[in-house]
Amino acid sequence: MPLLEIRNLAVTFATGRGPLRAVDGVDVDVEEGEILCVVGESGSGKSVSMLAVMGLIAHPGRVTADRMRFGATDLLGISPRERRRLVGRDIAMIFQEPMSSLNPCYSVGWQIGEMLRTHHAVPERQVRDRTVELLDQVGIPAPATRLRAFPHQLSGGMNQRVMIAMSIACNPRLLIADEPTTALDVTIQKQILELLVGLQRSRGMGLVLITHDMGVVAETAQRVQVMYAGQVREERETDALFAAPRDPYTAALLDALPERAIGRRRLPTIPGVVPGIDDRPTGCLFNPRCRFATERCVREPPAFAGPPGARTRCHYPLDEQGVPTNDHPLRMASVA
Amino acid sequence: MLRFVLRRIGLIVPTFIGVTFISFMLIHAVPGDPIEVLAGEHGISPARHAELMHQYGFDRPLWQQFVSYDVGLVEGHLGTSMVTHASVWSEFVQLFPATIELATCAILFATVIGMPLGVLAAVRRGSVFDYGLMSLSVTGASMPIFWLGLMMILIFSVALGWTPVSGQIGDAYYVPQVTGFMLIDSLFSDDQGAFWSAVSHLILPTMVLGTVPLAVVARMTRSSMLEVLGEDYVRTARAKGLSGPRVVVVHALRNALIPIVTVIGLQVGALLSGAILTETIFSWPGVGHWLVNSVYQRDYAVLQGGVLLVASVVMLVNLGVDLTYGVLNPRIRR
Amino acid sequence: MPSDDALVMATVAPDIEPGAARLVWRAFAENRGAVVGLVVMAVLVLLAVFADFVAPHSPIEQFRQHFLAPPFFQAGGSTEFLLGTDDVGRDILSRLIYGARLSLLIGLAVVALALSLGTVLGLTAAFSGGVVDTAIMRLMDILLVFPSLLLAIVIVAILGPGLFNAMIAVAIVSLPGYTRLSRAAALSELARDYVTATRCAGAGRLRLMFDTVLPNCMAPLIVQASLGFASAILDAAALGFLGLGAQPPTPEWGTMLSSAMQFYQRAWWLLAWPGLAILMTVLAFNLAGDGLRDALDPKLKR
Repeated sequence: MPLLEIRNLAVTFATGRGPLRAVDGVDVDVEEGEILCVVGESGSGKSVSMLAVMGLIAHPGRVTADRMRFGATDLLGISPRERRRLVGRDIAMIFQEPMSSLNPCYSVGWQIGEMLRTHHAVPERQVRDRTVELLDQVGIPAPATRLRAFPHQLSGGMNQRVMIAMSIACNPRLLIADEPTTALDVTIQKQILELLVGLQRSRGMGLVLITHDMGVVAETAQRVQVMYAGQVREERETDALFAAPRDPYTAALLDALPERAIGRRRLPTIPGVVPGIDDRPTGCLFNPRCRFATERCVREPPAFAGPPGARTRCHYPLDEQGVPTNDHPLRMASVA
Repeated sequence: MLRFVLRRIGLIVPTFIGVTFISFMLIHAVPGDPIEVLAGEHGISPARHAELMHQYGFDRPLWQQFVSYDVGLVEGHLGTSMVTHASVWSEFVQLFPATIELATCAILFATVIGMPLGVLAAVRRGSVFDYGLMSLSVTGASMPIFWLGLMMILIFSVALGWTPVSGQIGDAYYVPQVTGFMLIDSLFSDDQGAFWSAVSHLILPTMVLGTVPLAVVARMTRSSMLEVLGEDYVRTARAKGLSGPRVVVVHALRNALIPIVTVIGLQVGALLSGAILTETIFSWPGVGHWLVNSVYQRDYAVLQGGVLLVASVVMLVNLGVDLTYGVLNPRIRR
Repeated sequence: MPSDDALVMATVAPDIEPGAARLVWRAFAENRGAVVGLVVMAVLVLLAVFADFVAPHSPIEQFRQHFLAPPFFQAGGSTEFLLGTDDVGRDILSRLIYGARLSLLIGLAVVALALSLGTVLGLTAAFSGGVVDTAIMRLMDILLVFPSLLLAIVIVAILGPGLFNAMIAVAIVSLPGYTRLSRAAALSELARDYVTATRCAGAGRLRLMFDTVLPNCMAPLIVQASLGFASAILDAAALGFLGLGAQPPTPEWGTMLSSAMQFYQRAWWLLAWPGLAILMTVLAFNLAGDGLRDALDPKLKR
């Protein structure tokens, strides 16, 4: 049984200028003990989809899905009380800004303890020891002395470790990490990522890592999901994705990596901007910025299709040489 | 922590001196020289005038007079009422508890009703309840409370007969002054109905004086809660699986309280201004009524001393608010 | 057959940005309360300006046969004096209308005085820094320690009762608000690059103060002014009620209330209408001021 199974997730926000589909027709599969990376630019909907899983989408957002199951539990029909029991205990989430994600009025020890107490993870007299143990596991030196510390007294990296400790306190089966290293110094980023992966391996947790950094993806993920403007564009095994991306957007993203531009005079970029609410293109959402867009791309939105483990949302997926398939004019021209 | 307290106390000393200066200048700013003013309508002969000028030191340079005024203050000399000939300090001490009683009840009224309403409005943002509360709140803040008091007397005391018209307690009751607070003293007195009489006399004045603070507290609570509810740590709290009420009260409200408490504390000035009007309407025997009468009677000694005392109270309360803020917000303690 | 699709690059026509003033107006207009406030304000201004034509009677003419007449909907009232008459037979409605003129003038005078003086003080404090800044701010702190009405009463006690002195008193009491606001706004502007650039271009201090920085501080000052209008009217009415402001027979609403107190059991309308007028006027200005503040606030709290 998959740990997390989502089909056709959609999150719509009612705004003054009309409804905004932040997440559109997204499928997610996570197995036990697997690391899935969700990658995309700002506004791609990668965070929103996971917030929807946690039940953290507030009014005026609306969440719909054909299926949303966590193990044997159906998340769609769940009562608020049952959801509260699940969230934090079996599914946990950590966020991007550790400095502002912890309550400034309470000590870090108290906040971790609250997690243990709420879900009755340990008897009351063991809470303190367990908290110290958790702080130690996330690599905080002299953990017993930090119990009474307030978040503003700790650095960003330490706060993120506290957040991680809090999230694993009840031994969740799935941990969602929403850009956990983006707000941290480069040297700390590596440490935090290693910590996350280490914890994931030792506890056999599923890990969904949301990021916009392709380098992080390459180092940590087993599978990758690339999102754009609320839709999933490609889902592959990491190595295969980096070697031969099938989706033009993914290919453009990889091309824009400085590491791949060695020997070229100019760093390739993707022209244009991510569509907002006013300028949603017809057909494929990427067509205004795609090198290979044709009239069919403007007319007809592509379905998320292809061989299992290599699905893309494109009419003309790329082959190993990066040339579009499926009767694309360029291919026809080169063949002819 | 102690350093924080001392530093805060040190900051108000210059302000206090400035306040004494204004109070000192009061008698000198009124047209006519101080002796003429203090003599009032009785008039005074030129010889006696010169004699008194020298006796009180009004012929000395101004700065010298100011210094000895401040020294006199420290020794407790706040002047003597020109009308009753009692010391200003003793009159103040006798009347101030009644004002404290009224103001405390008003602020409790405002907080106990206003905060929960504000929290509910924030949690149910955009609902009918929210709009209703906001409309009531802006109406309350725009209310001329001297008019509100009169209308309430007209409706509840005269037309319906539910509440008494004026005063702190019914004329039939004699309550010996122990603490100066009628509610407490009447509890301890021998008279059976004294306490309830005191309570019934407090109802209308409390509601009238508390109207503006209620509006302010409700609105401030709502906006502070709205801001806090959008913060990242509230999202984290929900992600931990905590119940809605716990998130709102333990995580959000604690942080929202900081600006709310500051606002409540700073209401003391508005409360005292309101007390002047409320006490006048309800014939409440407090400091506000006393000061207004002193203006009517041209009792400048009382006005001078009374204003200084009231200003000192405000400064002390502000200091208290500052210190409480330090307790609530761990970040600024260092 | 190869598809006849050619390579296309879709373009999106950019939306024309509406002007700033229109944006503010649009945001303001969405707030129903603010619009109502603005409408009431407009009605009041019209009443004040055209009082001579709108008021059915003169505000000081005494109708000896009709003193303490109730409003027209109560027994004993007549449509000649729609809202009733007072103890010397003056028409309440006419007095209210002329009172509107007074209240608006009071608000205007107080705000103009406090705003101009406060802005000059605040800008001076921000630009001079050091001792001057500390001195000005200390002075404001001292003023703020006194409860506002008490300070106004003290000033009137010194100057003597009367409408003009009451206006001065209320203006002085509102001074710290404008001073602090303009100083804070100026300080944050001073830290910006365009000011440094202007300074490098050789602009003198006065020019810098009024030409460069002040226009950018206007928004919060305008909001404060519109809200200050409301509190000025309220404070002046309170002084009038205490007998320290406008003196009878001036038809100022607060003064009307103070004369009405002795008749409160016999003639409720003497009390009700002037107070209602104060409430509605202050409410209108507060609603409009709040709406303006919300409209000018970049992080609109929707």
